[in-house]
Amino acid sequence: MSKDSTVTLDTLEHEMVLNLGPQHPATHGVLRVLLRLDGETIVSAETELGYLHRGYEKLAENMTYHEYIPHTDRLDYISPVANNVAYVMAVEKLLQLEVPKRGQYIRVLCCELARISSHFMALGALAMDIGALTVFVWALREREKLYDIFDVLTGVRFTVSYMRIGGMAQDISDDSITMIRAFLDGLDDAVNDIGAMLNKNRIFLERTAGIGIMEPQEALELGWTGPNLRASGIAADLRRDNPYLVYNELDFKVITRSECDVLARYFVRFEEIRESAKIIRQCLDKLPNGDFMARDAKRVLPKKGEVYSSMEELINDFMLVNFGQAAPVGEVYHAIEAAKGELGWYLVSNGTGFPWRSKIRSPSFVNLQGLSRLLEGCMISDIVAIIGSIDPIMGEADK
Amino acid sequence: MFTFEDLQQKNPALEFQKVDVGGDEAALVSRNDILEVASRLKNEFGFDQVMDALGHDRMEKRDRFEITYNLRNHTTKQRIFLKVRCDERDAHVPSLVSVWTGANWHEREAYDMFGVSFDGHPDMRRMYLPDDFEYYPLRKDFPLMGVPGSLPLPHHEDADPRFDLANRGE
Repeated sequence: MSKDSTVTLDTLEHEMVLNLGPQHPATHGVLRVLLRLDGETIVSAETELGYLHRGYEKLAENMTYHEYIPHTDRLDYISPVANNVAYVMAVEKLLQLEVPKRGQYIRVLCCELARISSHFMALGALAMDIGALTVFVWALREREKLYDIFDVLTGVRFTVSYMRIGGMAQDISDDSITMIRAFLDGLDDAVNDIGAMLNKNRIFLERTAGIGIMEPQEALELGWTGPNLRASGIAADLRRDNPYLVYNELDFKVITRSECDVLARYFVRFEEIRESAKIIRQCLDKLPNGDFMARDAKRVLPKKGEVYSSMEELINDFMLVNFGQAAPVGEVYHAIEAAKGELGWYLVSNGTGFPWRSKIRSPSFVNLQGLSRLLEGCMISDIVAIIGSIDPIMGEADK
Repeated sequence: MFTFEDLQQKNPALEFQKVDVGGDEAALVSRNDILEVASRLKNEFGFDQVMDALGHDRMEKRDRFEITYNLRNHTTKQRIFLKVRCDERDAHVPSLVSVWTGANWHEREAYDMFGVSFDGHPDMRRMYLPDDFEYYPLRKDFPLMGVPGSLPLPHHEDADPRFDLANRGE
């Protein structure tokens, strides 16, 4: 057993051990935290993971690169399409495959839609944990519109599996462009409504300001990324620092805050929703014509219509589905800036159609590493605010 | 941009083997050197973030396991990889938690999945799996479907036999 689950009470008996989770609604999934309390103050905390461990890295070694794409949806299930992009980009880097410009723009657009979806969930859940249930419902209302968009864009509402190695399953349709534009037109009001409820709300501010402070140097040392790191005043964003896809052709701001507390993490996400909307508008305006999928018969799945009508495509489809892309021997790492931070894959290939090793670098896992440090010295009532502000998704943290 | 040759200029005795990780700078160093290399990388070359540490079963007779540290310099935005290997019978490498505190959970995960222990780690426990689990699932000799009976269902002496899942049907 872990050393913290066999704690003995001290002689004065004023310290107690409290077990939070794994089935606690405010822990955003199956996160378990063991707390040692002195009255209402947390003396120390220990984070326990693994209640949602499904062994996705082992599974990846036993299937072709293509077969694994639906599994990536189940990691960060709040923004599945961003996981698809992160994974296929790592595989494409291994295969040295270039995706056409149109495909890249659609990928950026999808990633930013996923970021909005994830940030709405984070804001809504944080507000709900603190007691503002209305904001949660409003946030879910906006996410419902996003699901409708994904339904038309990808054919699936939730676990989309939209990306393919070399491109995506289908082109973006005019219907979905109309829907995205309509969503963006209403987005500003929705964000303003949430802001009007919370940004000057005294109860909300007192529950969040000055709580859960993570100093910049410490955040860097822990490996924090994403909105959490930017809320500690460090302007680190892979979209700007190591641009991938077409982010260097797009204009957006990297939002930072210097307060390092729960409120700062809330405001970073709040502002990033607008920045993402700005990026999506630019994508729709600049969307080039042409192919959305790379033309490479040996490594990219052919179109279904061609598979049914042409012998050559049928053979390629058969080979790709059964034996996978024969990737060159080597190792690659590719990361994208997902909604929670740096999401990357480290792939080791031995030259077959199956990865020899597929390591997921999941942001939630690393961000949670700072949790016990944040909780020390706080009050019990701050726990839910701090967990909500880190925005962990256990599907991703536990793999 | 940093290369491992820069590091060798500071310490000519250092031996390393260059590796290619998708175009990024990467090198394999020996177990004895890694602590010194890591602290130089952090203090002299500004690699202040450890993004990840991953185990990898090479399935070879010598140096079966490889640990890869994914390091990043947040000022120059450069990413490098630092690798170290160890044998199956002598599966331990020095822990880098004393250099980067963020390596803590990553090393625990590598221990959990491959059974490589990290010397000097402050909290060398399993990350995901139960502490009494006897296997290391990401080793290549661990079957995909698991080992039957390796994870016993919860059982208690005084349990009501109707609800005791472990002994039902006996």
